[in-house]
Amino acid sequence: MSYYCGVDIGASALKLVIIDPERRIVARALRRSGIDYALSADRALDEALGESGLQREQISASMATGYGRNNVPWVRGTVTEIACHGKGAFHYLRREMTVIDIGAQDNKIIHIDDQGRRLDFRMNRKCAAGTGAFLEEIALRLDLPVASLNGLAEQSTAEVSLGSFCTVFTATEILEKIRTGQRVEDIVKGAFRAVIKRTMEMGAIRGALVMTGGVVAHNPLLARLAEDVFHTPAILPPDPQFIGAFGAALTAAEQMESSKHADS
Amino acid sequence: MSSGSERKDFAATKMMKTIMGNYFGELANGPQQGRKTAWCTSVGPAELLQSLGYNVYFPENHGAMLGATRMATDLIPLANAHGFSPDICSYLTSDIGSYLKGATPLQKMGLAGIPKADVLVFNTNQCRDVKDWFQWYARQWNVPCIGIHTPRAIGDVDAPLVDYVAKQIEDLIGPLEAVAGTKFDIDRLREIIACSRECTLLWKRVLQSAANVPSPLTFFDGTIQMGPAVVLRGRPDAVQYYQALVAELEQRAAEGQGAVPGERFRVYWEGMPVWGKLRDLATQFIELKTCVVASTYCNSWIFEALDPSDPFRGMARAYSSIFICRSDDEKERYIAEMADKFHINGIIYHDSKTCPNNSNSRYELPQRLRERLGIPYLVINGDLNDLRLFSEEQTRTNIEAFAEQLTEV
Repeated sequence: MSYYCGVDIGASALKLVIIDPERRIVARALRRSGIDYALSADRALDEALGESGLQREQISASMATGYGRNNVPWVRGTVTEIACHGKGAFHYLRREMTVIDIGAQDNKIIHIDDQGRRLDFRMNRKCAAGTGAFLEEIALRLDLPVASLNGLAEQSTAEVSLGSFCTVFTATEILEKIRTGQRVEDIVKGAFRAVIKRTMEMGAIRGALVMTGGVVAHNPLLARLAEDVFHTPAILPPDPQFIGAFGAALTAAEQMESSKHADS
Repeated sequence: MSSGSERKDFAATKMMKTIMGNYFGELANGPQQGRKTAWCTSVGPAELLQSLGYNVYFPENHGAMLGATRMATDLIPLANAHGFSPDICSYLTSDIGSYLKGATPLQKMGLAGIPKADVLVFNTNQCRDVKDWFQWYARQWNVPCIGIHTPRAIGDVDAPLVDYVAKQIEDLIGPLEAVAGTKFDIDRLREIIACSRECTLLWKRVLQSAANVPSPLTFFDGTIQMGPAVVLRGRPDAVQYYQALVAELEQRAAEGQGAVPGERFRVYWEGMPVWGKLRDLATQFIELKTCVVASTYCNSWIFEALDPSDPFRGMARAYSSIFICRSDDEKERYIAEMADKFHINGIIYHDSKTCPNNSNSRYELPQRLRERLGIPYLVINGDLNDLRLFSEEQTRTNIEAFAEQLTEV
């Protein structure tokens, strides 16, 4: 049986999945991307192999995506994270959709038609406002663990409005909110709202709204806030943080199968 | 980097180095030879200045050099500190930073520094920044700064507009005669305009060679090859240069030699070059087997309306017809025509932070053209010279993703 691997080396986290010929995820691994992408990818692969009981030889093909995509020696090829998030999300929904991926340092909005073809896409401009890095900065400023943000924002009763584009200026705005005695829960919810406002500016929603990436996976309140803004249900596919890696694995499978087809 | 990813040079380029070297030599030696130096914006009345015997210097060319040599990013902050915002034209801020520091790539060409102007002559057909830029030097050196105020967002280049601009060009003669100490000679102007027109038509043939499939020329080649069309137009050496280059390109086209081996896709580049990243971008497109075949930028120095029999109106018409000073309707029509002529699969818009006048993705033009042409587009954020505004990794990923998208169309 042929298995396929996809590895997504993002600015912050490395995600790896192994899929079977039926395109089901049989193993996954998540770790910091670190400073040696090849080593991190190796370790993630070993971890996923261990989890699934598979051997390296059983992986027919692998593809890499993300910032570190060119640093993995054992992959068949590379593909951009834009293609992967689109492909991964389309695999589950099979309809016209807009994928919003909120990553550690960049956001993407990808329009896909009902055949899975990319109509257009856009990444955030070079500024990282509205990305995971923004929430990390806010957590730091509020002296909170990043993992606590979603729970706190859920408890907000009077959301604070934050107006700046700039992450650093937003942090300054937050200092002002702290000084005037605003509740931390309300400030965090305001920060979440700011993330969604930044994504809203990137493009309109066409078809279904699908959200992917680690930031949404760990902060599901963001999806509900997106529903408020876009007036449409926000769909989270299974394993939203792994959609990029899953898209890479799907690409590996497609390429192998089409090359086999061409050979036969 | 494999040799397969390298840009193919042209034999004619050697001649370009010679004629450009001669030109800079003339600028260096002008004062000793008693010749006056006029600064001119790149789409300013260069022919008139030449006819009066000036050595003509184009600071935008210097701006591009500062970008291409990546000196700009260190020089811009000096101009910022002097009162020029980081948000305005980075040619201006690089150039003024270069002057403030006394560092320029021209020093490698035998000049002590940028050539001091005796007069500065602008045309606002490109933007207001060129006037602000020239006025700063006019104050530094206490020399006159004069120019042409061309309307912007022009629809039809009609007779009243041409008359209005032509009158302004004619009105420059008196002040220019006074500085030059020479008398205007209309026959000399006609000769230079005829020569400039010949240059422009050859430059057009250079660019049109890219309509061949595969294209023998890329946009990145064009940005290098355009030097003489900008700074030497009106001179016989530019004509000779483009005759040689056209011959070489037409031969490559006839032999089916593409500038990008295995050309799969043909892309149009809208907006300014990213001067400090030309080589990296050229290499990436070669790796993606995608040829950037045409651009608004390189085509902006085609001045077909130049007319020796009607010199002032011809110049006015030519210099008011350029893309940058036209209405969005005209811009849309122009790009649609170019997409058809050059068999374009997709359009890349460079949203250049400090060049709003030459960034055409800000008023929904890409979306309108996508609807009209049915081809995808990509907007990349960057800048002509200020690499602090350019994200290498994001741009690479965007371009790679765009090439992937073209395979899906």
